[in-house]
Amino acid sequence: MLESNSIPILKLKEFLIVSIQTDLHDRMAEQLQYDILNRISETSAKGVLIDISALEMVDSFIGRTLADTAKMAATLDADIVIVGMNPAVAITLVELGLSLEGVYTALNLDEGYELLQKITTADGEDIQNPDSEDSVVEDMNEPGSD
Amino acid sequence: MNLVRIKEERDIVVARSAAKKIAQEMGFGLVDQTRISTAVSELARNIYLYAGQGEVHIEADCNPRSGLRITFTDQGPGIADIKLAMTDGWSSVKSMGKGLPGAARLSDHMEIQSELGKGTTVIIEKWLPE
Repeated sequence: MLESNSIPILKLKEFLIVSIQTDLHDRMAEQLQYDILNRISETSAKGVLIDISALEMVDSFIGRTLADTAKMAATLDADIVIVGMNPAVAITLVELGLSLEGVYTALNLDEGYELLQKITTADGEDIQNPDSEDSVVEDMNEPGSD
Repeated sequence: MNLVRIKEERDIVVARSAAKKIAQEMGFGLVDQTRISTAVSELARNIYLYAGQGEVHIEADCNPRSGLRITFTDQGPGIADIKLAMTDGWSSVKSMGKGLPGAARLSDHMEIQSELGKGTTVIIEKWLPE
């Protein structure tokens, strides 16, 4: 089901850029997940920057949806970097018991872009995977897939 | 006193926004505002997921300490084992199982009353720093 207020996904070279500027309700978060994966598939994007600086809170549902999206994107050979989480959200997220395992994060769009460039050009070798136990990204990079 | 009825999924957002606004007006800092709105989001979602509908009452209270008291009531199936429901990662529906224990950690005080087949009331309190 398409929401009329769906979140725009911009393409910039080989990356996608998403800025969440609205308070996400659950179905919107699920729709965004679907839209991002679809756009990765359509555009063969190598990476996605998701700006959450306008999010006033990240609860377990939004946190899980973001983490799941990163894992799903990895199976499509794309990396996701979440940028701009505000400190109050970070504190609350950890107290809530969520760690966003397996998700790359950066302080802002500039740093997120640089990180994404490093990850996608180094094929993940030089960059420490944020979730070493779950090496989805590396496992999917089979020889000959590029 | 502020009342938000939870009937559909979007009402979760209405409840957490209302709680945050009141917390802000009462003088809570940004981190506490975020803790409060996140706890409300988790507990309002529990109402929606488990009971289908219910109510969230948000009130300023000064007993025993000055702060915010938020009451979540539903006439849903009730919680069979509150101790188990307070365990991190445990969930009887497809969710993360962070709701109750997470909301407890984000609050200064939590009470749960539940009766099978009758419903559940969860009360959380967040106190203003003295």
